Amino acid sequence: MELLDPTSEAMPEGRQPLPRLSQIDGAVIGLLDISKPKGNVFLDRIEALLNEQGAITKRFRKPTFTRVAPDALRQEIAGSCDAVLEALAD
Amino acid sequence: MTEITLVVKQSCETCTLIEPIIRQIAEHFNLRVICQDTQDFPAGLPVEFDASLEQSYRLRIEVVPTLIIQKDGIETSRIFGWDVAAWEALLGIQFKSDLPKFRPGCGSKTHDPGMQERLAAQFSGHMLSARRLNFENVDDIEIGYDQGWSDGLPVVPPTAERVMRMLAGTRRQPDEIIGIVPPDFAPCSVEKIAINAVLAGCRPEYLPVVIAAVEAVLEDQFCMHGLLATTYFSGPMVIVNGPISRAIGMNSGGNALGQGNRANATIGRALQLIIRNVGGGRPGGVDRSALGNPGKYTFCFSEDETNSCWESLAVEKGFSSEESTVTVFAADGMQGLVDQKSRDPESLCRSFAAGLRVIGHPKMVQGSDAFLVVSPEHERIFRDAQWNKQQVKDRLLDLLMIPGEELIQGAGGIAEGLPEKLRSAVLCKFREGGLNIVRAGGRAGLFSAIIAGWGASGSTGSVPVTRQIQS
Repeated sequence: MELLDPTSEAMPEGRQPLPRLSQIDGAVIGLLDISKPKGNVFLDRIEALLNEQGAITKRFRKPTFTRVAPDALRQEIAGSCDAVLEALAD
Repeated sequence: MTEITLVVKQSCETCTLIEPIIRQIAEHFNLRVICQDTQDFPAGLPVEFDASLEQSYRLRIEVVPTLIIQKDGIETSRIFGWDVAAWEALLGIQFKSDLPKFRPGCGSKTHDPGMQERLAAQFSGHMLSARRLNFENVDDIEIGYDQGWSDGLPVVPPTAERVMRMLAGTRRQPDEIIGIVPPDFAPCSVEKIAINAVLAGCRPEYLPVVIAAVEAVLEDQFCMHGLLATTYFSGPMVIVNGPISRAIGMNSGGNALGQGNRANATIGRALQLIIRNVGGGRPGGVDRSALGNPGKYTFCFSEDETNSCWESLAVEKGFSSEESTVTVFAADGMQGLVDQKSRDPESLCRSFAAGLRVIGHPKMVQGSDAFLVVSPEHERIFRDAQWNKQQVKDRLLDLLMIPGEELIQGAGGIAEGLPEKLRSAVLCKFREGGLNIVRAGGRAGLFSAIIAGWGASGSTGSVPVTRQIQS
C-alpha cells in the first residue's frame, strides 16, 4: 500500500552542544526571565550565587511566556553572553 | 490543421446507434476514434482502445459519444450525445440516415463511482509532492498508529486517490503554503492539509473550512505555539458561521457540542492532526498539558444562525451573514449551566454570571476568555424580552465586577488569589472583549454551556481569531 506522508518530512538536524564553560569567574552569564510569576525571585537567588563566584550577570526578560523569545532578544543574548540560564517558574 | 476526435463506448446504446454515422464521418475526415471499453468498436475502423482511460481523462470526457474539434492542437468546439442537426452543423456535412434526430449519451467510464480520483491520482499525481511511503503485509489501519500519525483513534489511510479527491474540495493549488506550523516551524501546504484531512475522515467539501481554521490558528495573535506548549487544559476550538456550515451539514442543533456529525467531528480533528503531524506537536513532547481536555481530539461546531434572534458571531466580528467564517478559540472543555426556573433576563443573567464567575478559579480575573453557548430555550427568554446579544453581555459584565476582598489570597480560606494590595479594587472577571456569546443547541432543555478559555488570554496569550473561508 502506498500512502502520502502527512508529516512535515523534516528531520531534526544533529547539533553538538557548545563546550561547557571552563570557569564561572569572569564569565558573562545571561539570566532570562520568561515572564512567569516569581521567575524574578528564582533568578535573584541564582544571580547572587553566580556573583559570589565571580560571574558577571546580565538580566533579560521575554515579553510573555506564551511566545518564543523575539529574534532581537535572542541575538542580544547570544552576542553578549558566554552562557544563558532560562528560568521557568510559577 | 483540424483534428476531429470522437470518444465512444460500445456499451452505450447511443454510440451503437450512430455507428453508421461514425463511418460516414471517417469517409470525410481523418477521424480519431477513442473507445473506452473495447478495441473492436466501431467495427472496421482504426480504434484507440482507451483501456486505462488516460485519453478520456485528459480530454475531460463526461458523456459518450463526445465529438471534439481541435485546430492546431487547441480545442475549438465539442458536442456530446447525438443531435443530428448539431453534428451536421459542426462538421458541415449531411448524413445519410433515418436515425432518430436526438438521443442523449451515456456517462463516460471516467465518471464511474470512484474513478475520477483514481484517474486523478494516476495521471495528475505529479501535482502531489508529499513523500510516498510504501507498506507491505500490514493492516492499513495499524499504519497510522505505527507511524505516529494518530491522535489515538484510527486514521483513514491517505492514499493518493483519497488525497486527490480531497483536493477537489478547494480551488487552491496543492503547493500553496498556508503558513508555518509550530512547534517545528514547518511550512504547511494545502496538500499537507488535505492529507491530514483524509486522516481525520473529512469529506472534500470540508477542506476549505479546515484550511481557514489552519490560517486562523497560525495568526500570531492566536499564539498556537504557546497554546500547544502550555500546561493548561486548552486546545483550539473551531466555530463555523455562514452558508457553508449549512451546505456541509454541520450540526448547530441538538448535541452540537457532542458526537455524531461528521463535519463537526472531522474538521476539528483535522486541525489537531495538522498540529501533530505537520507541526510536530505531540503530548509528552512540546504539548505539556497537565490534563488536556476531551476537545483536544476535536472541538468544532456551528452557530445556529437561522433560528437565532441575535446577530451571529461572524456579524459581530464585521462579516456579513452571507460570508462563511471560522472563529478559533483557545478552549478548555465545557461546563454545563442549568437554570430551569428563570423566566426573565435578569434572573437568567445572574445564573450565567454565577457560572462564569468560577471558570479557571473563582478568584481568577482577566485570565481566561469564555464562550457562552446559549441554548434555544434560554435564548427565548431574551428574545421575549427583546434583549440583544450586546445587552446580555453588558449585563453579565456588570454582574461580574467582583470586589477585591473576595479575590485576594486567603479570602474564603483559600490561599490562591490576588495580591493583598488589590483588596479594595473592583475587578471584572473578563478582559475587554473576553466574553463571547453564540447560540446553539437542541430545542428542548433549559441548559446552556460555558466554554472557558486558556488562562493566558489577550496580548499575554491568545485572542480568538475569525477568518473568512475561501472556496
